[in-house]
Amino acid sequence: MLDIRNLEKSFGAKRAVQGVSFTLEKGTVLGFLGPNGAGKSTTMRMIAGVLEPDSGDALIDGKSIVTDRRAAQAALGYLPEGAPLYEDMTPPEFLDFIAAARRIERAKRKDAVERAIADARITTVAGQRIGSLSKGYRRRVGLAGAILHDPPVLLLDEPTDGLDPNQKRAVRALIARMAPTKAILISTHTLTEVPAMCNRAIVVDRGMIVADETPEGLARKSEDGTLEGAFTRLTDQAEANSA
Amino acid sequence: MNTFLRTLREQMGGFGATYRRELGAYFATPMAYVFLAVFLLALGVFTWEAGRFFDTGSADLAPFFVWHPWLYMIFLPALAMRLWADERSAGTDELLLSLPLGMPGLVLGKLLAAWTVAGVGLVLTFPMWVTVNYLGHPDNAAILLTYLVSFLMAGAYLSIGSAVSALTGSQVTAFVISVLVAFAFTAAGWPLVLSTVKAVFGGHVADLVAEFSFLTQFQGAQRGVLELRAVVFFLGFTTFWAILNGLWASRQRLG
Repeated sequence: MLDIRNLEKSFGAKRAVQGVSFTLEKGTVLGFLGPNGAGKSTTMRMIAGVLEPDSGDALIDGKSIVTDRRAAQAALGYLPEGAPLYEDMTPPEFLDFIAAARRIERAKRKDAVERAIADARITTVAGQRIGSLSKGYRRRVGLAGAILHDPPVLLLDEPTDGLDPNQKRAVRALIARMAPTKAILISTHTLTEVPAMCNRAIVVDRGMIVADETPEGLARKSEDGTLEGAFTRLTDQAEANSA
Repeated sequence: MNTFLRTLREQMGGFGATYRRELGAYFATPMAYVFLAVFLLALGVFTWEAGRFFDTGSADLAPFFVWHPWLYMIFLPALAMRLWADERSAGTDELLLSLPLGMPGLVLGKLLAAWTVAGVGLVLTFPMWVTVNYLGHPDNAAILLTYLVSFLMAGAYLSIGSAVSALTGSQVTAFVISVLVAFAFTAAGWPLVLSTVKAVFGGHVADLVAEFSFLTQFQGAQRGVLELRAVVFFLGFTTFWAILNGLWASRQRLG
């Protein structure tokens, strides 16, 4: 469903992403982990077609983001970091814009918007302007926008960042409901969420993949048997190696 | 032919959605209302006070149309400044670029939304037209023609504002630079500028500079004469800046 091939991106002298490759099948929820500035968001932005890679490619449902960008983007739902939204719109207006931009037929548009509103549990705030919503609701409106066209691949950048425990649970439940039929890539630095949400974890550091395992396998790699221990050991080690 | 139509459809993808969203954004906030109120007020003040509308003694709208380039120069960059700069400062450009849209559709959707608001502003100046018809017997065909060319000229000013807005995340910066660029294309036809250019570079250069001035291109229309070269100039100018706009907005993908 998602096939990442040797993605590279530099900003000036800084090599943000250095040859990242992996594949993702239906039913996989992949936790994309790494310290700040490791290249997680840059990788996701390249997969989403927001940023052009210097080299490499990402195939989304078989379509190349480099040579067939629009077809690849049509098969992808993307929640950017911080869930940016048009604040002057209400959630249904925003979703209707996304539906029109994604060329969902007019007759099916209303159903798609209603389904996304129900799935993301934002019915109660449907009449309010997005600018007046709490962080949790805004994140869920962003999620509704990402799942509106029922894409086979989902790319969620920090979907639970800044949410309270109840909101986090709601987002996790939504992801779990969608998991069996989609390939989902989630970037996060809240390690405690990974075993609850993901069945696979990739750790990136300095633009390179340093581990690719199940969350349990990853935890076993540390001395204390926790994900945090493994994370620290992997990313510190990479730092020590490159020093 | 089919390939051409398919490419056109793909490139214009998102035009309708973008147009409706941008037009909605103007009217969902006080933006459009404030623009329309202040624009109409300024146009009224200049026409009646500075243009001495009643003292000209003739039933035409010359003292009204003469201010259009100068007021557009200030007001239309204010209308266009948010088009792209706002997306970047709010981070929604990330969302927009992740949608399967064509850049031409995005650029035209945004530009036409602002152009529509400017058109509403022009339509709302109808009391001026009613007044001259009440006072005398103006050449209404000539007036309509001047309105149409003025509307085309508004598109040219907006295309500068929209393109410059794609270069920066700050609306204020976009506004200031757009006004400066718009001033250059307006004042190029000013006698003061032209005589200086003529003295320094000679008559040929001065003629060329004058050709690129909105003032020069708008002159014929102000007399009620339809000049094809003015129509071609304003449409060509708008197209040129819309292309720049697309290129500048696409640079975002390079990082």
